[in-house]
Amino acid sequence: MISFEQVDKTFGQLVALDQVSFEMEKGELVFLVGQTGAGKSTLFKLLLKCYSPSGGRIVVDEVDLNEIKSNKVHLYRRKIGVVFQDFRLLPNQNVLENVSLPLRIAKTDPELIEKEAEEALELVGLRDRLQAFPAQLSGGEIQRVALARSVVANPEIILADEPTGNLDIEAARDLVGLLKKVNQLGKTIIIATHNFDVVNEFKERVLCLKNGKLVSDEKNGKYRLK
Amino acid sequence: MKNHLLTAWIYIRRSPYQALAAVLVMFLTFWVISTFVLLASGSQIILRYFETRPQISAFLKDETSLEQVEGLRTQLEETGKVQEVKYIDKKEALKIYKSLFAQEPLLLELVTADILPASLEVSTKEIDYLDEVVVILQGSSSVEDVVFQEDVADSLQQWTITLRKVGLGLIAVFSLVSVLVVLIIIGIKAVNHKKEIETQRLLGASGWYVRMPFLLEGMFYGGLGAFLGWSVSYLILLYSSPFLVEFLKEIPILPVSVWFMLSLLGAELLIGLIVGFLASFVATKRYLSQP
Repeated sequence: MISFEQVDKTFGQLVALDQVSFEMEKGELVFLVGQTGAGKSTLFKLLLKCYSPSGGRIVVDEVDLNEIKSNKVHLYRRKIGVVFQDFRLLPNQNVLENVSLPLRIAKTDPELIEKEAEEALELVGLRDRLQAFPAQLSGGEIQRVALARSVVANPEIILADEPTGNLDIEAARDLVGLLKKVNQLGKTIIIATHNFDVVNEFKERVLCLKNGKLVSDEKNGKYRLK
Repeated sequence: MKNHLLTAWIYIRRSPYQALAAVLVMFLTFWVISTFVLLASGSQIILRYFETRPQISAFLKDETSLEQVEGLRTQLEETGKVQEVKYIDKKEALKIYKSLFAQEPLLLELVTADILPASLEVSTKEIDYLDEVVVILQGSSSVEDVVFQEDVADSLQQWTITLRKVGLGLIAVFSLVSVLVVLIIIGIKAVNHKKEIETQRLLGASGWYVRMPFLLEGMFYGGLGAFLGWSVSYLILLYSSPFLVEFLKEIPILPVSVWFMLSLLGAELLIGLIVGFLASFVATKRYLSQP
């Protein structure tokens, strides 16, 4: 499903990723761990094709990302759901409108949009907050709305960038639990985090980045601060 | 489209002063355009009026026969530069004289048809042809004297050309200012919504999807400005019509045709929408350069 083959990314003299290689199967859930500046966000941005690798190859669903033309990037991105670290909900739109945004972008049949957005909100337990605006939600609710938005268009891959960053341990567990639930629906999920309590509790595959290098890749792994 | 319209409306409502500035500048531009289009077409009608009036009077010698008059008429018509040649015989000349001096019986008593000359009243197709026709008439042995009003039409033409040049200059300056103002305002809004734009792009929105509310906003400014500019200039025209009718007397310039005004509105709306669209397109281009 996702394959990184000796991927490098440099910004001038700065090496953000150095010879990173790994593969992920369809339906797999992986924690991507590492300290700030380890290269987690760079890896996500490469997957979202915000920029191209300086070297190596990234293949997603049998498509080499280097071969996607810039005017087709938006179509590729529709295959990926994203939970951003800073939520990125649109402040002037209510919960229902925020969640349905990927469907509107993909020009889904207007009659289906509301129904599918409500189903996504049902999945994260926020069906009763359809008309609320982001400013009226708690941190945990905002993160769940962001999760609902990432799954609403039924993408094959979901990237969650530090989704537990601003949450207490209970809320973080709930959120990762929801992501696990989504994973059980057959979605391929990468969760970038440095919350080792959560990583250790869920016992999934863990990829560890350090200074841009992939230093470990463990099944049922644990995140150990070294 | 409904969502894009709603988003554009929210963008407009959230910064009413910027919207007001954009609409006012657009209004000024289209008011100037409307005013100069009306002035230019009005002056064109006035010029055409003077051009089609008999511009040359060729007074004939008393001994000139009708055959000679017809020969001269044919010679003028064969140049292809003459709009109309009208023969005024002595009797008709007396009629004209009487109508001109109807209030002065003393002058009427002194004049009979015999002492007035017959004449040819000639109008040319273009004002530039006057000289050539005058030369032909002056060269004719049947013609006693030639009188022509070159100066009036000539200076009117100069005025019309100057008016057009000034109008085009003003329109160019105002159009540039309008484009820049809309460009700056939409640019500021795009910066304010930079994070929103990035989010939409990362969720798979195409450049057009992200750009659409901004384009609609620019088109709204252009369209509304064009409508207001046209409306105000039309109201001023209607208000000043009685005075203009009195001033211009028999020159058939008013009323301005409704179809002409509607065509002007249509053209200005189209230009307004295009200007708003292009300015917004340029303003948002730099924020969408990254995929």
